[in-house]
Formats: sequence, C-alpha cells, structure tokens
Amino acid sequence: MRGFLPDCDIRVPGSLAEALGLLSAEPGVWTPFAGGTDLMVVYNAGRLKATRFLDLSRLAELRGIAEEGASLAFGSLTSFSEIREHRAVHQHFPNLVKSARATGALAIQNRGTLGGNIVNASPAADTPPSLLAYGAELELVSLRGRRRVAYDRFHLGYKQMDLAPDELVARILVPMPEGRSFHYFRKVGTRQAQAISKVCLAAHARVADGCVAELRIGLGSVAPAPVRARNAEAALIGKPVAELPLLAARAALLGDMSPIDDIRASAHYRSVVTQNVLGHMLRELASV
Amino acid sequence: MADRITLVMNLNGEERSVQVHPFARLLDVLREDLRLTGTKEGCGEGECGACTVLVDGQVVNSCLVPAIQVQGAEVITVEGLARGGELSPLQAAFVAHNGAQCGFCTPGMLVAATDLLHRCPHPTDDEVRDGLAGNLCRCTGYSKILDAVQTVANGGSSK
Repeated sequence: MRGFLPDCDIRVPGSLAEALGLLSAEPGVWTPFAGGTDLMVVYNAGRLKATRFLDLSRLAELRGIAEEGASLAFGSLTSFSEIREHRAVHQHFPNLVKSARATGALAIQNRGTLGGNIVNASPAADTPPSLLAYGAELELVSLRGRRRVAYDRFHLGYKQMDLAPDELVARILVPMPEGRSFHYFRKVGTRQAQAISKVCLAAHARVADGCVAELRIGLGSVAPAPVRARNAEAALIGKPVAELPLLAARAALLGDMSPIDDIRASAHYRSVVTQNVLGHMLRELASV
Repeated sequence: MADRITLVMNLNGEERSVQVHPFARLLDVLREDLRLTGTKEGCGEGECGACTVLVDGQVVNSCLVPAIQVQGAEVITVEGLARGGELSPLQAAFVAHNGAQCGFCTPGMLVAATDLLHRCPHPTDDEVRDGLAGNLCRCTGYSKILDAVQTVANGGSSK
C-alpha cells in the first residue's frame, strides 16, 4: 500500500539560500527531493519514512555542466539524459555516458539526477563506480559554507555518508584526464534497461611508457556502498600493459569486495563475475 | 498536512487548472481528478512504463512525479496524440500492425514512441528498442510494436 498522502508535505524553495535555510532551521526534518526516481518508488511501496520534502528541482544554482579549470563541474541536478547528451562528457568521460545509459530507461534518465544517484547511496547505483574511477570530488553546501570531499571518502557504510543534515551536494567535480587514457565500464544486469546491477565495474587508467601509470577502479553492488578496488589497483599500477598480472589482480580484488546474497545474485556469483569482468578489462587494457 | 494547491498546466494543448495535494502523483491527478484514464498504472515504481506521459517534451513515469513538479508545465498524455478525432500516424500504425494485444501497455508505448520519432525520425531497430526499453509489454508483442514504429519512420502506409 502506498504512503499516506495527507501526511505528506512538499515545499518549493525559491532559491538555494532558502533551501539551505530550511535545512538549517529544521535539520533532518526535510528530505531533499529532485527527480523522485528513488524516493517515489519507496513512497509508492509504502516504505518511505520521510513525509516532508524539499523540492530542489527548480534551483538553477544546482544545474548545468561547465568546465572549471582542469575539471568538468556537474550541478547536482544534472540528469542522466543531460550526461548522455553532453559533448564534453562524451569526450572526456565515456564511462559516465555508459553509466547514465545503463541507469533505468529513458523516462528515469530524464528525471533522475547525478546528485540523487550519489546521496541515495545505493550500493547498486551505476554512476558511482564511474565517479570513483575518475577521481571525482563533491562540493557540499550549507549555510555554514562550502566544503569539498573526495568522492572515494564520501560513502562511509551502507547508506552512511559524510553529509550533514543541513548540507546538500551542490556540484560534482571530475578532473579531465590528461594524456593517453583508458576507459572501461561494464554493468552486469538481467537486461540492458531497467535492471539493477548484480555487478558493476568502472575503470580509468593512464598508460605511460608501456606501463600502467595511474589506475582507479570503482565497484558497484559488491559492498555496502560503492567502493574503490584499491587492492586490485595496487597489484596493477606500475606493471607493463603487455604483462599484466591477471591472477594476482584477481586475487587482490577479493580483498576489495564484501558481496552479499540477495534477490539479484549470490555473493559467490558476484565475486566470480567481478573477477571475470576485471579480467575482461585487463585484456582490453593490454590491447590499447 | 499540506494545503491543496491550484495546479495549472497545459494539458494536451488546453490550459487546465485543478485543486490537488502538492505531493499527489501526476498519474492520480490525470486519472482521478481530470478523468484522463488512458494513462495506466502498472507497477507504480517506474519499471513498466504504462504511466508514461510527456512533461515539457520529455517522457516521464507519471507514477514518480509529484503534482507540484508539473506546475506550469506542458503535459501530453495518450489522449493528446490524436488530432481532431484523427488517430496519429503512430496510433494508426499500431492498429494496422496489431501493435496492441491486451492494450495495457499501449498508451505508454504510444507516448514513448511518439517521443522517440520526434527526437529521432529515422531510428534503427536498436534505437527503437532503446527508446522503448522502459515500456514493458507482458503480452510480449514487441515485434508488432517495432513494425508499427518503423512503418511510420519509413513513411510507409499504416493501412
């Protein structure tokens, strides 16, 4: 049974300052609401505890994709469709385009936002692995000011984040890769659209002098939150792309995951398939 | 409890105004307050696409949209596709190709396909599948739907 409509309230602040004022005056009372593609699902199922919502969708301050120095800055209200269609995102961050295409289907992509995908904090969300692979940084805003936090330190546990009740994610800053760059994104789901990931892996590497100079790997659906595969990265950084240590990297990857059994896949399946996807990624990296 | 709001939107080309709860689902406003029952509720969680409508030219799942977010918007439902009693070319093609079986997914399919051909007038089969990937047909009549969309895209007769 759906949530009880008469219990609900939704406010439309006229400005970011007004929104932050309300969050500051009554911390924890107002739930930020953007595209609604996660919150409304829980509401429709009658499992949403929150009843008071702050509609951020009209705040121009949280919109837009723009170059800022050596980064591309995404307003937190950037929709998946906007990511799919933006020329600079295609040019610099093909994994983000693939992540956006892999999220729901078009009607979800038109409404769902990058900021919402982050703060909904589902371990199975598809843009976080790409943001981890690209070394993204979040800009958080409150009446107290703005601060930045590295995205790979933002998720602290299942649905736990370095985000105070009076703070909003304002922007997502992603450094634009330099030099010879390798991008890899793979989602394993039941079908291409509308499927929640069983396993998701995104990687970005820079190759120099025939060796892996930089590498970040982001994983989805294999831990309580999106995580970096730091052990696997360490096993590969500095190695020649012609002789990548596949077995060592697969073994190291086990230390990066803590998968569970659920309705979508078993923990065993997730472990083995994530290792296999890593193997596929390394074969592509070797052929760059 | 929130006060009701006066929701004003351009609905299928007409200015409409209705008193609703600001968090009421657009789907319920259409069906229960405005008696536009062409838009269907399937899953109620954005998976099936039966409730697909256009808001400001974009396909959305109306079960996931609170009324207040369409304040001042242009909304098109399946009832807005026909003009002057004439089926749209897509609707006619769905009829000609038996693109509807039980019919429950059809309004959402038609709205999504209308949007697809607007954005991409000559889609490949893969582009049609991508454009309609969020619309499930549990009769599994996908090939007839694909035929209907491609017939219109190719400018062929739907009769």
